[in-house]
Amino acid sequence: MNLFDYTRPASVEAAIAAWVPGAAWLGGGTNLVDLMKTGAMQPGKLIDVTRLPGLDRIETLPDGSTRIGAMVRNADLAHDAGFARAFPMVAEALLSGASGQLRNAATVGGNLMQRTRCAYFADPHSACNRRTPGAGCDARGGDTGGMAVLGWSPACIATNPSDFCVALAALEATVEVQGTGGKREIAFADFHRLPGDTPEIETALQPGELILALRLPAEAAQFAANSRYLKLRERTSYAFALVSAAAALRLDGGRIVAARLALGAVAAKPWRVASAEALLVGQAPEPALFARAAAEAVAGAAPSGENAHKIELARRIAVRALTAAAQGTPDRMPALPASVFGEPAHV
Amino acid sequence: MSDTLPYATRFGSNSGQSTSRRDGVAKVTGAATFAADNHPQGLLYAVYVPATIARGRVTHLDVAAAKAHPGVVEVMTPQNRPALAGDPDSKPFMFAFRFEALQDDTVRYANQPIALVLGETIEAATEGARLLNPQYQVMPPRVGLDAEAPYKVVVGNFGRPGETVHGDVAAGHAAAVQSVDVTYETPAQYHNAMETHAVVASWDGDQLTLDMPHQAIVMSRGVFGYYFGIPAENVLLRSPYLGGGFGSKSIANGPQVLAILAARMTGRPVKLMLRRDQMFGPVGHRGATRQRLRIGIDEAGHMTVLEHEALAATSTFDDFVENAANASQGLYAAGALRSAHEGVRIDIGTPGPMRAPGEASGSAALECAMDEMAERAGLDPLEFRLRNYAETEPGTGKPYSSKALRACYAQGAERFGWAGRPLKPRQMRDEQGMLVGWGMGTALFPAPMFAAQARATLRPDGSGLVETAAADMGQGAWTALAQIAADGLGLPLDKVEFRSGSSDLPDGGIAGGSGHTATAGTALHAAGVDAVRQLTAMAVSDPASPLFGAGNASIVARDGRLFVAEDASRSDSYADILARAGGQALVGTGSGGRAPEAAGRHAMYSHGAVFAEVKVDPDLFQIRVTRLVGAFAAGRIINPKLANSQLYGGMIWGISFALHEEARFDPRTGRIMNADFAGYHIPVNADVKGLEVITVHEDDPFVNALGIKGVGEIGITGTVGAIGNAIWHATGTRIRRFPIRIEDLLAHA
Ligand SMILES: Cc1cc2nc3c(=O)[nH]c(=O)nc-3n(C[C@H](O)[C@H](O)[C@H](O)COP(=O)(O)OP(=O)(O)OC[C@H]3O[C@@H](n4cnc5c(N)ncnc54)[C@H](O)[C@@H]3O)c2cc1C
Ligand code: SF4
Repeated sequence: MNLFDYTRPASVEAAIAAWVPGAAWLGGGTNLVDLMKTGAMQPGKLIDVTRLPGLDRIETLPDGSTRIGAMVRNADLAHDAGFARAFPMVAEALLSGASGQLRNAATVGGNLMQRTRCAYFADPHSACNRRTPGAGCDARGGDTGGMAVLGWSPACIATNPSDFCVALAALEATVEVQGTGGKREIAFADFHRLPGDTPEIETALQPGELILALRLPAEAAQFAANSRYLKLRERTSYAFALVSAAAALRLDGGRIVAARLALGAVAAKPWRVASAEALLVGQAPEPALFARAAAEAVAGAAPSGENAHKIELARRIAVRALTAAAQGTPDRMPALPASVFGEPAHV
Repeated sequence: MSDTLPYATRFGSNSGQSTSRRDGVAKVTGAATFAADNHPQGLLYAVYVPATIARGRVTHLDVAAAKAHPGVVEVMTPQNRPALAGDPDSKPFMFAFRFEALQDDTVRYANQPIALVLGETIEAATEGARLLNPQYQVMPPRVGLDAEAPYKVVVGNFGRPGETVHGDVAAGHAAAVQSVDVTYETPAQYHNAMETHAVVASWDGDQLTLDMPHQAIVMSRGVFGYYFGIPAENVLLRSPYLGGGFGSKSIANGPQVLAILAARMTGRPVKLMLRRDQMFGPVGHRGATRQRLRIGIDEAGHMTVLEHEALAATSTFDDFVENAANASQGLYAAGALRSAHEGVRIDIGTPGPMRAPGEASGSAALECAMDEMAERAGLDPLEFRLRNYAETEPGTGKPYSSKALRACYAQGAERFGWAGRPLKPRQMRDEQGMLVGWGMGTALFPAPMFAAQARATLRPDGSGLVETAAADMGQGAWTALAQIAADGLGLPLDKVEFRSGSSDLPDGGIAGGSGHTATAGTALHAAGVDAVRQLTAMAVSDPASPLFGAGNASIVARDGRLFVAEDASRSDSYADILARAGGQALVGTGSGGRAPEAAGRHAMYSHGAVFAEVKVDPDLFQIRVTRLVGAFAAGRIINPKLANSQLYGGMIWGISFALHEEARFDPRTGRIMNADFAGYHIPVNADVKGLEVITVHEDDPFVNALGIKGVGEIGITGTVGAIGNAIWHATGTRIRRFPIRIEDLLAHA
């Protein structure tokens, strides 16, 4: 690990003032420190933001939206009873990620900013455009089973691994950020970026900007009765998604009046297709309809290596998530959140 | 043992009890000292630099940059590496493998050590290692089983023949009315004990002290003595606890040898602990295999032939070839039997013994092929195995020392509910619509013994001290061996102190091959019996003893007293006998081992039957093992709680093999791209839903005096095949490659 400075500012203003090029915000460290250990990341300065005042709260704002401080731990958010009731799909996505220990440490801000799990990215001895612009991409032609099938470019075929973000994308969250230029808000759809020619630009965050909070609009809670996050993985728990889907419906009189669908682990950002959602609206929830919507959601998908199976699996998990959402959100969180084997909860 | 007390009279007061681990509290409270917990004064931290290519030469290392980093003390490269007395490319003894210890600038596989950096802190050494920024001349690596032409293995691992044939194979094929000819593949797997390899090395002149987890504690003295040119007695190796070994902590490896060398070079103690990613290369692994099985049967479903050929990957510079085909020896009564091995030399670290080496991968393929044969014959898989039940060892005709396999089949099947199994696949669903499948496999593992010595002391106060350098990898040697030793001494467990895990004690032998309890246990028991025999001689010739004049043979020992067997009113305590004899401690010795004649007379194996239930999502193909029932006959069970844990563990290894473990190589570079626990999967709790173990009683008068076989590794055999077969039964799809993945099933959908 390189030598670095460490600072723990007492206020947001001090944190922003402490930023210099080459510095990194330190949340729970569960992603950043791992990458520093391999040498993939070598920040000259770590600015520990975990104790910044006021950013560890979950609040309801006057407009009915829910504001989640960037320092709220993943586990605390998922286990907040009020939050889980209003946004069960988000809680399920959180609980399907990583392990209990990691969720205790990981922050909301860090989860949004977590880097791809592309092995070539984490390995400083491999060429990686995302890590070193213009260096090339060793993942292409290598170990590609888990790589992107949507939105990838010749420059980069990596995926965004977050579960949380898939649910947030479906529910149209907003990200509050602050930098030297002041505060601004970023719609979730604009937050993560597809690689194009500049895979090193992963998010809409400008250098030196800090995530302060996330907001979920009041309407998002209207999906509470019919929303599911489902995640296919190579072991029953504690594994990143092979593919995943967040599906949320609002049903009225046997018809879908609003629909959200986002896919995970298929692209460098949570994959949301407006036309797939539009197909659902006004229709009765039926298998054939879900099949059409799911097919629309993966339209244009193409393997980036030995991963054509991910396209079919993404389509299938979308169908399953829509079906499960239509059946209704379970009363209790399943013992295996987001799993196809999700058993009844422990009492 | 004819002039000693009949052991049976004293065996069982401690043995046979489910005593909890005596080291359990120390481990869960952190009081147990593992090798890397040692911090001698003046300690330096070593970090080895792993090669990031699989084949070629190192052309440059930026030693100046590394040395300039604050806290870096020394950088060891082939240029300045002090000489070793023993050549790391020699193979002076049976467990010696060739290894890389900076002999030269050649890179033979990815992750091989190419330099060692020493620092005042682990961070400094780590950064120094990074700053070396190696440059290479890269040669195209050979990756995968098809990269080179295979060669025929003449002499396999540990001296076993590369090819074994019994009977007329051609005739067996000709006589078959039905047959299968199938090929299965298994991947490279890496041991990955939770505790990575570690060493804290200190030199005092020519005396070397090593804190190092090791599976062969006393034997390793000679090994390190050889490489460093010092007598074996000069090496003290302490290994009280191992955080798992799985076979990889029985063999010297390059990084550890370099750390010991660095300690001598700098005159300071040196600690090295491998990072997780460094476990994928220099410390052995299970080599990938491709196995072809040909089975033929006659009208009655009897096997006319069983032919098992295995191709396995090995390194370019050493010879360990996963001897998978041998799994077909010793089990089924086929008219003709052939096992043959080929190797292929590719650019990987040398494989080594890992979790039932050979048996695990061989059993996986064999048990699936048996299932395919049963399917073709229209027979229930268990019925098919029973029809081919071997009453004597196939080929050799030797009697089994004991074989309660029939009872394993019956009890396992009963507990599992096998009788209701539909013959055809894809017949069962659960309430949620998941496909349900049932499969089974036979478990088989040899019951070897190695050599061990032990010492048992009766102290003047009547308590006991027993000593042997056994290795506790978590299996419970501290407990099970103490139970046996206490029985040997006729003392309750809490009156016996057990010293173990250090090379200055009598040789406890190797903890491997599932033979440690049998071997070290026999030695400990014999030592206790020897001490009690001496004590008895004292008592019966002491006029002051109530036992005076009783014959040796009529004395029994129990709870720290000697009794006349037929007259319990005549007894004398150990303390009193010793006090009258002058208050000196009394020392007995014993050894464990098996005479070659005894080994030759009988075929000796542990047996078992494993039944698996899996559920598979019919559209998404996620797989879950929902139930595993294993019934095992493994001789005398010393501690049912510990033995069950071993068998559970073995069956979990089986889940891991069937569904998870696989090192994924980049075909262009020969590097492993999932060398961490986020990428190299092993089962988590949620993957192990229902596990049941039955131990079937078995008295074996031939394996050793105590009737102990082994339970360490047998659990993985049978299990992998059972799971593969259950997946077929659930889905109707045969996947002939492990681990079985979602995409494999999808491809057949
Ligand atoms: C073994 C393992 C398994 C995992 N499995 C899963 C999984 O199944 N699903 C899943 O979704 N995730 C998984 N994760 C990832 C985990 O969710 C992330 O590591 C975690 O959310 C990161 O949060 P953190 O607070 O620790 O971030 P850190 O590691 O501290 O930071 C991560 C990045 O975010 C930046 N950052 C942190 N806070 C802010 C802020 N307020 N503003 C701007 N930038 C910021 C940092 O500079 C850094 O670049 C796994 C991780 C591990 C190690
Ligand atoms: S896929 Fe993207 S992250 Fe991975 S190596 Fe290529 S450029 Fe880097």
